[in-house]
Amino acid sequence: MTGSVPVVDLEGVTRVFEGTPPVEALKATDLVINRGDYLAIVGPSGSGKSTMLHLLGLLDSPTAGTYRLDGIDTSDLSEKERAGVRSARIGFVFQSFHLLGHRSNVENVMLAEIYRPGSRQGRRERAIAALEQVGLGHRLDAFPTTLSGGERQRVAVARALVGEPSLLLADEPTGNLDSHTSAQILDLFDHLHAAGLTLAVITHDDDVSERAARRVRIRDGVVTAEAVSDA
Amino acid sequence: MPEPVVPGETDLSFLDERDSIPRSHLSAFDMLSEATTALTARPARTLLTALGTILGVAALVATLGLAKTAGNQIVSRFDELEATSVVVRPPRNQPGSNPNSEQQQVSAIPWDAGDRLQRLNGVVAAGTKSDVAVGEALARSIPIIDPLGQSEFQIPVIAVSPGLFDAVRTQLQTGRVFDDGHNARGDNVAVLGPGAARRLNVNQVDTSPAIFLGENTLAVIGIIADVSREPELLNAIIVPDGYARERFALERPAEVQVEVAIGAAELIGSQASIALSPNDPSLVRVSLPPSPRRVRSSVQSDVNALFLVLGGVSLLVGAIGIANVTLVSVLERTGEIGLRRALGATRMHVARQFLFESAALGALAGLLGTSLGILTVVAVSANRSWTPILDAWLPFAAPVLGAAIGLLAGTYPAWKASATEPIAALRSGA
Ligand SMILES: Nc1ncnc2c1ncn2[C@@H]1O[C@H](COP(=O)(O)OP(=O)(O)OP(=O)(O)O)[C@@H](O)[C@H]1O
Ligand SMILES: [Mg+2]
Repeated sequence: MTGSVPVVDLEGVTRVFEGTPPVEALKATDLVINRGDYLAIVGPSGSGKSTMLHLLGLLDSPTAGTYRLDGIDTSDLSEKERAGVRSARIGFVFQSFHLLGHRSNVENVMLAEIYRPGSRQGRRERAIAALEQVGLGHRLDAFPTTLSGGERQRVAVARALVGEPSLLLADEPTGNLDSHTSAQILDLFDHLHAAGLTLAVITHDDDVSERAARRVRIRDGVVTAEAVSDA
Repeated sequence: MPEPVVPGETDLSFLDERDSIPRSHLSAFDMLSEATTALTARPARTLLTALGTILGVAALVATLGLAKTAGNQIVSRFDELEATSVVVRPPRNQPGSNPNSEQQQVSAIPWDAGDRLQRLNGVVAAGTKSDVAVGEALARSIPIIDPLGQSEFQIPVIAVSPGLFDAVRTQLQTGRVFDDGHNARGDNVAVLGPGAARRLNVNQVDTSPAIFLGENTLAVIGIIADVSREPELLNAIIVPDGYARERFALERPAEVQVEVAIGAAELIGSQASIALSPNDPSLVRVSLPPSPRRVRSSVQSDVNALFLVLGGVSLLVGAIGIANVTLVSVLERTGEIGLRRALGATRMHVARQFLFESAALGALAGLLGTSLGILTVVAVSANRSWTPILDAWLPFAAPVLGAAIGLLAGTYPAWKASATEPIAALRSGA
């Protein structure tokens, strides 16, 4: 992949939910996220932040406009290909962690690769490396239920990191955490950003958005770029 | 060495862009280990879910196994002796007809009944047999009365045709039985049952010792050791039909004993009356052995039908159980489904995973049920000292049946899981 191709390239992307009346959750949006960007998406509740993230993560399709991910036009992908791109290029971090309680941390992280063809070889090693990267190398075989919220979110981040995704998408990653553990996760994001990872983080927490290099604000489905405060 | 030229390996670069797009894939190994992990995460719940199917399969296997075992039991107990015996007698007096009328009293069985039946295919041996009314005549072995002990006895006399000896499977102790010649001539010869021989104090026949029956003298030519049928022969003086007709005015044979080949009883039964009384077959009555096949099949089909229905019902209940719990677990695992979709699962992958889980659960239930069923068969057999018998295919077919039930039960939940929208699922929390 050439460096000139942006990771995310939205052109007039719109998402309208059917209904009476139809909800225009995201109005024609142009947005580019370059490799190595750290973007914060902020906005009040119901403004369309999650809608944006689902579109970016290929969990949802725009009703109009084009979305190129790593230069691939996502509109003419089959379901298998969309799922494949999701698996290989995108890492998700959710507010509620979404870890499986009956599996150890390393097994949870290994789950990231089971939909990737030919990934069985070295899967455990990569999962261990990812857990070490988030500072949980000592809790490999513990179960998520025995971890603190911050530790759980770090396991989830490790799962998102396996296989070096092009884009890490996080929806309110600190929403369930106190300010101290939030800071730990944000430190981790800074660290990953410094290492070259591209991040898009949804938040309505100023502390979170201030860490980001770039910030866009959504209000009633309209995206506007914001000047970044000096952080 | 020059590099081998692979045909078609020319310019495919136009495909490169398309090929670089990763495609989601779930390997069979991963699907298997995912299902195993899911099923072993909560073993107690897994077992309870499978319980209905376990019991259903166990009931089916036990039913089929016990039917087979009991069926074999009936076969091995199957009385070969009884099954090969056919007896022809005159009909019983019909109510309403005059019991004294000439026609009813006279047996329609001819003297050559044994020979006639012998000609039928499937008859091994046949002979007539009649009790002889000897009146007051007592039997003794020496002409002089021994004053010291009883030497005259009331011994039954039975007239037979030579074929009868084979028809009742006679084993001789010594001497021989009489033949058609003796019979035709009405010779005064006798064969003694072992009981009669003992009482008459006859133990060898080399000299054809004489016995006396009232005024009549009989030469003993053989002593019987045993018979398989008609045990009264063992205590009797057995004389040829011809002799009894001449001396004791025996009018007609009382019955015909027929030994038939195994399985021929019914056929012979239908032919015997015509062979013996072609003008009016109703004048003879043929007694057939109970058909063991029929007995067995009626017992078996009753029992089988009941238990197969029970097994079927519990399988149905088991399938509903699996469907129900799988559906609940789909709802419980909505978050997991959303996560899997985010991690790259397609709808198909999600459906396949749930389908495979329930099929594996069904197969497991089938396996456990089969074991339980076999255990039941063995336990019941041990209790009744039977030999447990099982169709070889059964232990293999039952887990397959279980898997099929699981598959069927998992269809709707799997479809439901695959229809779960990832966005909604992810919103539902962990
Ligand atoms: N499936 C849907 N059908 C109809 N309307 C929807 C659907 N999903 C979202 N919306 C609407 O789209 C708008 C944007 O929703 P979205 O979830 O993106 O908000 P958000 O910015 O993430 O809010 P929050 O901060 O509360 O998570 C809302 O008005 C919402 O009601
Ligand atoms: Mg939201």
